[in-house]
Amino acid sequence: MAPGPRSIVCIKQVPKAQELQVDPVTNTLKRVGVPSEINPPDRNALEMALQVKDQFGGEVFVLTMGPPVFTSALEEALAMGCDRAFLLTDRILGGSDTVPTAHSLSETIHKIGGYQLIFCGEETTDASTGHVGPGIAGHLDCAQITYCSEVQFLGNRVRGKRSVEDGFETWECPLPCVITANFLSNRPRPPSLSGKIRVKRGGLITTWSCADVGIDPGKVGIRNSPTIVAKVDTVVLPDRKAKIFRGEPKAAVTALLDAMAADGVLSR
Amino acid sequence: MEKFEAIVVGAGPAGSAAAYGLAKAGVKTLLVERGKAPGQKAMFGGRIYSFPLHAMIPDFAKDCPIERYVTRENMAFLSDDTALSVTFDAPKLGTGAAASFTAYRAKFDAWLAKKAEEAGAMLITGIRVDKVHRQGGKVAGVATNGDVVLADVVIAADGALSQLARSAGLRGDPSPEEYSVGVKETVELPQKVLEERFNLDEKEGAAYVFAGAASASLRGGGFLYTNKATLSLGLVVSSEDLAVTRTEIGTVMDRFRRHPAIARLTKGGKVLEWSAHLVPELGRAMSPRTYDDGFLLAGDAAGFLLNVGYTFRGVDLAIASGMAAAEAITRARTAGGYSAGNLAVYERLLKERQVTTDLETFAQAPFYLKNPRLFSVYPKLLNEIAEKVYTIDGTGQRKLSEVARAEAKAAKVSPVRMLLDLLGGARAM
Repeated sequence: MAPGPRSIVCIKQVPKAQELQVDPVTNTLKRVGVPSEINPPDRNALEMALQVKDQFGGEVFVLTMGPPVFTSALEEALAMGCDRAFLLTDRILGGSDTVPTAHSLSETIHKIGGYQLIFCGEETTDASTGHVGPGIAGHLDCAQITYCSEVQFLGNRVRGKRSVEDGFETWECPLPCVITANFLSNRPRPPSLSGKIRVKRGGLITTWSCADVGIDPGKVGIRNSPTIVAKVDTVVLPDRKAKIFRGEPKAAVTALLDAMAADGVLSR
Repeated sequence: MEKFEAIVVGAGPAGSAAAYGLAKAGVKTLLVERGKAPGQKAMFGGRIYSFPLHAMIPDFAKDCPIERYVTRENMAFLSDDTALSVTFDAPKLGTGAAASFTAYRAKFDAWLAKKAEEAGAMLITGIRVDKVHRQGGKVAGVATNGDVVLADVVIAADGALSQLARSAGLRGDPSPEEYSVGVKETVELPQKVLEERFNLDEKEGAAYVFAGAASASLRGGGFLYTNKATLSLGLVVSSEDLAVTRTEIGTVMDRFRRHPAIARLTKGGKVLEWSAHLVPELGRAMSPRTYDDGFLLAGDAAGFLLNVGYTFRGVDLAIASGMAAAEAITRARTAGGYSAGNLAVYERLLKERQVTTDLETFAQAPFYLKNPRLFSVYPKLLNEIAEKVYTIDGTGQRKLSEVARAEAKAAKVSPVRMLLDLLGGARAM
């Protein structure tokens, strides 16, 4: 059997969706003080890569780009079973949208080298673009299978089952190949005790700046990000009305239906 | 495969004290906690007796998250709408080895676990361990979700239900008569209001136990402790009685909170937190065996909890037993290995540290406290006597002895019965 692949999983740390609130004044997401987690679809990507390692051997590296607090996401991925972790962190990356992000991650993946598979989540829960995985494939000029739910490593190729609107497609691609994992396509394993012990012993995380990787400062950061967030709207939920219809069931139901018709909820 | 000399499961007071003692003695120790942080999953009444901390960390008071030192003890017997109380005012109880203090477990447990880490133990949180790993019939580590970490000796400090002790065969499955249910509300009051209401200065604290209507006359009682700017208010009720009478503890707690004597103390307070926990009640009878080859039990996992009706101890016994476990292991290490024979010294150390001695002194207490008259008839009777004695309405004032006799008769308790209960209490307590 051919030796197992080196997989690199790109993850992001995002605010916990259920804890998020919109600032009523500025209409932007309040991120300060909100607990964070590994972007949920990225967990599926991690699990997919770890399953490939379970079945075919090889190794799984995890990569993130962001402030030093993203270390906690890397530590969790390591405790799940990843072998090494890489943190790309630099002030000049601040405000990067998906274009510089895909560029910076590709450069970092290139520096790590020796990879056959690159895994990403299908999208992030805090931006929901789904750009970065395909962006990396573009920069590295390699194949990609997006929205994957199953992956098989075939030695010199990879087979992936991807979801499309009316069913599934199965693709076989040459290596290296970018795979984006479908959200909820598997059950991500929890961090293990031995995994957490390995993390505690340290030495598994490599931290790089843009200079370390050789990323051109003229291609990253907010000034090199073409996306402009022009407006954010918040959906205001209408207040619920409470009204109790009493009396004989039949009369009460008729009164209820009339009231709903009057409000335009029902047409009669 | 990862390997340690000792693994301690549970970073509560027992586990952290054990890990601290082991690490200090140079034993390569792993301390595993299922909460995201030590103390996150912990719950207790609210008070810690400090004597084992003095022995463990002489200058503990320097950074230990102490809320208030208890300088006033109160005991109250409740009827449905009255209370008869005894207060013991003793500022000297707030100092020295006999001092007890109120605390939050989220802070206290985190503090103690930090001490163990600083001493050299490795602390891992967010992992639940519920099985021992065996090799050749002997405990050789712990197993979680198929993941095994090896150790020469394992300490189960995993609390009242101790999955680990059960998986190692040292305890059977839990049953309702072994446990009470504890519930607690943390009620916030402005510090100034609290200090004026309870007549306390900045460092002083008050402790209360409530008997009778507090637990709806079921076996158990109520408690209240003052923290800096909150009250720990709660109940401990026999789970067997709750089951038999089909009573929900939430209902009992609601009634307790609304009792005039309690409502006055908590008035204007905001409930910040609600918590519940199982309380082991049968002491030594719960796990007669505390050690095996490569395996020891400490704290609640061994049933080391002592409720004698007017004092309630758990955290102190946990710390003392954790320290005894650490010492037993270091002695067994010197003796050449962690066989049951070498670990047998644990029982002697538990005695020396007054853990099992006190449990044995009060071994009959759980059985005496099974007497339902203590929780229904007597508290009510005391209140009725007090009511008659203090009611001056022009219908004629009677002597205390006459009132007592008449009320006892009305309560249908014979003087002989009462005398026997009293003697029984004196013997057990």
